[in-house]
Amino acid sequence: MSGAASTLRDYLTTPTPRSRRHAALQRAWLAWRRLRNNPTAMAGLGIIVLIVLVAAFAPWIATHSPFEQNLNNRLAPPSAAHWLGTDEFGRDVYSRLVYGSRVALRIIGLVTVITGPIGLLIGAIAGYAGGWVDAALMRITDIFLAFPRLILALALTSALGPNIDNAILAIGITGWPPLARLARAETLTIRASDFIAAARVIGASATRIVVGHVMPLCMPSLIVRLTLDMAGVILIAAGLGFLGLGAQPPQPEWGAMIAAGRKFVFDQWWIAAIPGIAICVLSLGFNLFGDGLRDALDPKTHS
Amino acid sequence: MTGPVISVRDLTVRFGASVAVDSATFSVGKGESFGLVGESGSGKTTVLRVLAGLIRDWTGAASVAGHDLKRQRPRSLARMAQLVFQDPYASLHPLHTVDRVLGEVAAIHRLDNPNERIEAVLLAVGLGPEFRFRFPHQLSGGQRQRVAVARALILEPTILLLDEPTSALDVSVQAEILNLLRRLRAERGLTLLLVTHNLAVVANLCERLAVMRRGRIVETMDAERLRRAEPEQAYTRQLILASRGYDRANAAEIAFETEVG
Repeated sequence: MSGAASTLRDYLTTPTPRSRRHAALQRAWLAWRRLRNNPTAMAGLGIIVLIVLVAAFAPWIATHSPFEQNLNNRLAPPSAAHWLGTDEFGRDVYSRLVYGSRVALRIIGLVTVITGPIGLLIGAIAGYAGGWVDAALMRITDIFLAFPRLILALALTSALGPNIDNAILAIGITGWPPLARLARAETLTIRASDFIAAARVIGASATRIVVGHVMPLCMPSLIVRLTLDMAGVILIAAGLGFLGLGAQPPQPEWGAMIAAGRKFVFDQWWIAAIPGIAICVLSLGFNLFGDGLRDALDPKTHS
Repeated sequence: MTGPVISVRDLTVRFGASVAVDSATFSVGKGESFGLVGESGSGKTTVLRVLAGLIRDWTGAASVAGHDLKRQRPRSLARMAQLVFQDPYASLHPLHTVDRVLGEVAAIHRLDNPNERIEAVLLAVGLGPEFRFRFPHQLSGGQRQRVAVARALILEPTILLLDEPTSALDVSVQAEILNLLRRLRAERGLTLLLVTHNLAVVANLCERLAVMRRGRIVETMDAERLRRAEPEQAYTRQLILASRGYDRANAAEIAFETEVG
């Protein structure tokens, strides 16, 4: 076993990689090693992995159905039967929390998939092309930035119809402008560098330069920004749910749970506090991990 | 020596209000090694960037390998003339392996047998196959500059434009790179256009040179005259004096001539 481990280690650390895949693996290994040496990033990763596992195994982890009502046992405090108490319909808060992690991760995942590529593409194209292309794309971005995000998302969801998927779409469509701004700023500094001039000298097309040379260098700061946005995304989803435009009852969405618990916050504080803590922990996990990831991916900190 | 391989006539480049290059005229013959020297800001690098197709907004006439530069598409220009940058720490993409850097050139120009070409060009610049899959951060400055030269050579251009190829490297590595360039030039019959502020490098590598100051070419001469330190222009004499390093008498003379000139 130790023999196999040491040859694998040699394979991953030898200064003379023998193929493209070998070099890519070494690179990933190096990033992982830097990440592993960063305790806060590992704590963040631990939180994310834990929540992903909870979401994956929700039926086994939850003690009750998240939908089952029991009006004889409303607003019960935490007990052996209901670990985190019950809400105003007598539903088990713990089980709703567990199932709610699925909704939260789905919101985060889909919003990231929508905002990341749009922001990166628009920012990188605007920054690299310059001139009227830049002006046009940035004015469109300004228009989106001019509206408060929640208001724009509200307008979109009420136009599209109130449900969680449309809420995700609306949050995604309103979330890309800051990312585009960031990607553009990164692109402006990258564009002036010698290696981009070198790519032009060898005859590389603008598309090739933007996709192959500029975008990979924009990624680290974009990933960090995305992870920092996660908390806001969950809160906007919660806000939409609260206004009846996001997650529809009885779907166990953390933001909607807080909104429902608001009515009882002075007497049965745990109903609102517990999903609040969950949102807080999930956001913290993403923030810590994102920060560590930036350090690990940043080519300038290579040893 | 047939007609000139690089011919520049009345080249003028303006950046806004300032004139970076002011009616520069020179030509370089086939297989010749030509130096462009001058102090910082004299416009020598701008001339090189025009010839490499990086600056497109200029007036005058310039031709490379017999083709009018104004009418060249970047991709066809790339196969005739290639540029090696000053700072090998900045001219290689930090996330691209050597293999990707060279493979990309082959892919853009649809070269046949890219694998064999990459191996051959790495050998030609003195890097073994063990360097092929390394990232720039796994290479020394001299090795990086060799990769940059390999990137320029894989297209087999007839002209190599060199922008201070040694000034970012330490002295022992400078000699290595200069020897490499001399050998490659002999092997491949390359025409070199070398931009530098280092007169020793020019005397070492070039047969002819032009001296630039404030965007103008003040003197064109051969390297033999430079070695004998017999320039016609006062400014060139200053440069030669300055290149010998600081000494009190020289400094006084330079100060005097600057006042007079």
